[in-house]
Amino acid sequence: MTTYVLETNKVTKRFGGLEALKEVDLQVREGAIHSIIGPNGAGKTTFFNCVTGFYQPEEGDILLRGRLLNGLSPDRVTRLGIARTYQNIRLFKNMTAVENILVGMHCHLKTGLVGGIVRPPRTMREEKEAVEEAVRLLRFMGLEGMGDMMAMNLPYGLQRRLEIARALASKPTLLLLDEPTAGMNPKETQDMVALIRRLRDELGITILLIEHQMRVVMSISELITVLDYGAKICEGPPAAVQCDAKVIEAYLGKGSVQDALQAVAAQSAPSASPPAS
Amino acid sequence: MTTQSSDGWKQIVRNGLIGGAIVVLLSLVGMVVAFGQRYIVSGLFTMGHVLMLAPLLLLAYTTARRADGASVGSRLWLGGVSGLIGGAVVAVLVLIGHVVNLRAVLVSASPDLYQMLRFGVPLPLGALIPPLAGLLAGVAGGALALIPPRYRNVALQPILILLLLGLLRDLLVTMMLNWGVVGYLFRWMFAAAGMSVIGAIFVLVVFGGLAFWRAWRTPAVQRQRSPRQQMVIRVVSIVVIIVVLVFLPRILGTFFSEILDNVGLFVLMGLGLNIVVGLAGLLDMGYVAFYAIGAYVMGVLTSPELGFFSLPYWLALPVALVGAMLAGVLLGLPVLKMRGDYLAIVTLGFGEIVRLVVGSDWLRPFLGGSQGIQLIAQPRIGPILLNTQQELYYLILIGCLLAAFIAWRLKDSRVGRAWMAVREDEDVAQAMGINTVTTKLMAFAMGALFAGLSGTIFAAKLQSTYPHSFNVLVSINVLSLVIIGGMGSMPGVVVGALVLMGLPELLREFAEFRYLVYGALLVVMMLIRPEGLWPEARRKLELREAREA
Repeated sequence: MTTYVLETNKVTKRFGGLEALKEVDLQVREGAIHSIIGPNGAGKTTFFNCVTGFYQPEEGDILLRGRLLNGLSPDRVTRLGIARTYQNIRLFKNMTAVENILVGMHCHLKTGLVGGIVRPPRTMREEKEAVEEAVRLLRFMGLEGMGDMMAMNLPYGLQRRLEIARALASKPTLLLLDEPTAGMNPKETQDMVALIRRLRDELGITILLIEHQMRVVMSISELITVLDYGAKICEGPPAAVQCDAKVIEAYLGKGSVQDALQAVAAQSAPSASPPAS
Repeated sequence: MTTQSSDGWKQIVRNGLIGGAIVVLLSLVGMVVAFGQRYIVSGLFTMGHVLMLAPLLLLAYTTARRADGASVGSRLWLGGVSGLIGGAVVAVLVLIGHVVNLRAVLVSASPDLYQMLRFGVPLPLGALIPPLAGLLAGVAGGALALIPPRYRNVALQPILILLLLGLLRDLLVTMMLNWGVVGYLFRWMFAAAGMSVIGAIFVLVVFGGLAFWRAWRTPAVQRQRSPRQQMVIRVVSIVVIIVVLVFLPRILGTFFSEILDNVGLFVLMGLGLNIVVGLAGLLDMGYVAFYAIGAYVMGVLTSPELGFFSLPYWLALPVALVGAMLAGVLLGLPVLKMRGDYLAIVTLGFGEIVRLVVGSDWLRPFLGGSQGIQLIAQPRIGPILLNTQQELYYLILIGCLLAAFIAWRLKDSRVGRAWMAVREDEDVAQAMGINTVTTKLMAFAMGALFAGLSGTIFAAKLQSTYPHSFNVLVSINVLSLVIIGGMGSMPGVVVGALVLMGLPELLREFAEFRYLVYGALLVVMMLIRPEGLWPEARRKLELREAREA
């Protein structure tokens, strides 16, 4: 049996009468870049919310390296090694970039109320090391020298990067990225794709991402899971998924499946690069 | 061009009418008359006159400033017309008051008021006086708009300082009278009420010159100081402030020390609430509860009247503080899931519950009911009993310094960052691994700690405690002073407490209009200076950047 970082068994989440997730099974392999795609409202972000403990699923299990996550609060889940970013950037706007990252490190720091007031040498050392680490993270994410800027005053693309840096600060083994290239121009998108690869290759972090830009998804993912109306309809490597009839139907509607298939194939042909290994 | 000028006219008329309406309001609530005896410059003009003319001047100033590209003459003219319209509104009030007896409905519409609004000129001619005064104020406002921004302070600063000195005459003279040369100078500068004419001229010249010199020098000398210089300046100013603080009650005397003590108690509470509201973003409207708990625990533990314990102050103090903190946690537990306005309502209720419980007949044997608790112990250090305002001041001062130190340290620590993160976005804070439950409870507990300390000193100062001292207005006062001072800013708390708690005590006329002024001040602050009087450095930055963006 292969080791899975994240494994979900028949996860179901209901909001009143609406089934946002229907018995979703998903396995994320160690060291993979795994994408979840699907039309709007397919339940992708809901799935993220269930994994991070923000929602509790009605049925099904969520396991992180075999450890059951059900019932744990989001802060506990983060401490176990899952970090995430948000579709609509949710930085602490009125805090500086470094402070944002330091908040991300929260669970690895120990200073409490008394320590914060008295500031014994241990605390001072811890703070100093934390700030150094934060500066290193900023550099890694290409945000060098912007540590003292208010998060809200950073340009959009850099805010996305800062959000990832903040997530990395909690030293995750699994990173959930919710549309990391949303609203970016082609150049920024390209940089982000390279960056995501570096996160996996250099830091060894397993990555699960939601993405809408097909070009990004197809080029970066090793495995793609497709959700539609809360249910998993397809899973496989990019080449297989983009030719799957159900997937095309989900995106384009019933009827012109054949036409659409040809269209998709024609469109993605020039950029169909082999997935990174 | 024509549409622009018609818009311009609308603006002028509107500003004039607003100015006039403000003056009429201030007149009819009685402020103008009440301040009519508070001389700024002896025998020349009073705070009442300032209230009559300042609104017209300010609105004329805005009118003239908005008129982009207008010539010098037309700006003066615009301001003048706006002031004239405002004055005309006042004149209408005077005329109506002459024909109809407004006093039956509006108590403050007294002959004294009309007399003041007419500047003492009898009626047929007197009706022309307010428009004339408005015209002059308006032209002055227009002239102010003409001064280039850099030099505007040269005109404004000396006038504001003159106002402040005139208003605080009693305090300053009492303080400085016995200070040799300074006392002599002060006797020369101040009259029996307000400043002497010669003193006023002196102040205008000296501070005007100073302001001019500063404005003129700025571009030439780079204001950039090296970190070392900044450090030296900071250390020196802290030392000076501490020395002044230590000797303040000696300088001020008993009466003003009493005011100072009250301000200090509110500073202490403000520092605590600043953590809860300013840092952690938890809108607590029942803050008075912890003040009450501090005072009542002190009362129950030390008063021989109730006959449980007769502990000394210092032994009861830790119990009271722990009690207040526990109460903070207890309040925090049920409201953990609440945010914003819901939290405000629940905490408001909590504050009222505590007040009603301590005043209830049911708990009378333990807490004294509406009669309260008397004979509360006062702190004793060795042979010295701290029982006068001047002695208790030091206890309050130490409490404030300690609270400020704690708040300052915490703000820039792991816990402080967690508080800010919760304030910014609670869900994300939790997703970043912050335990929001303990984080919020810590904020409530720290806030309660400072309020509890304040309460114990309050009880010891009065040697008694009554339920009616702990009504919701205390919570509102503390919240207002935090907001007006500048959310999250510690110097702001001090400034806010001085303005909201100190000024009304110094100017007895204010007391009556306290809440009117509060309300107006809050509205005006939110409109023109949302960051507060002395904003936190970061917040100033962020609001300014947001405005520029």
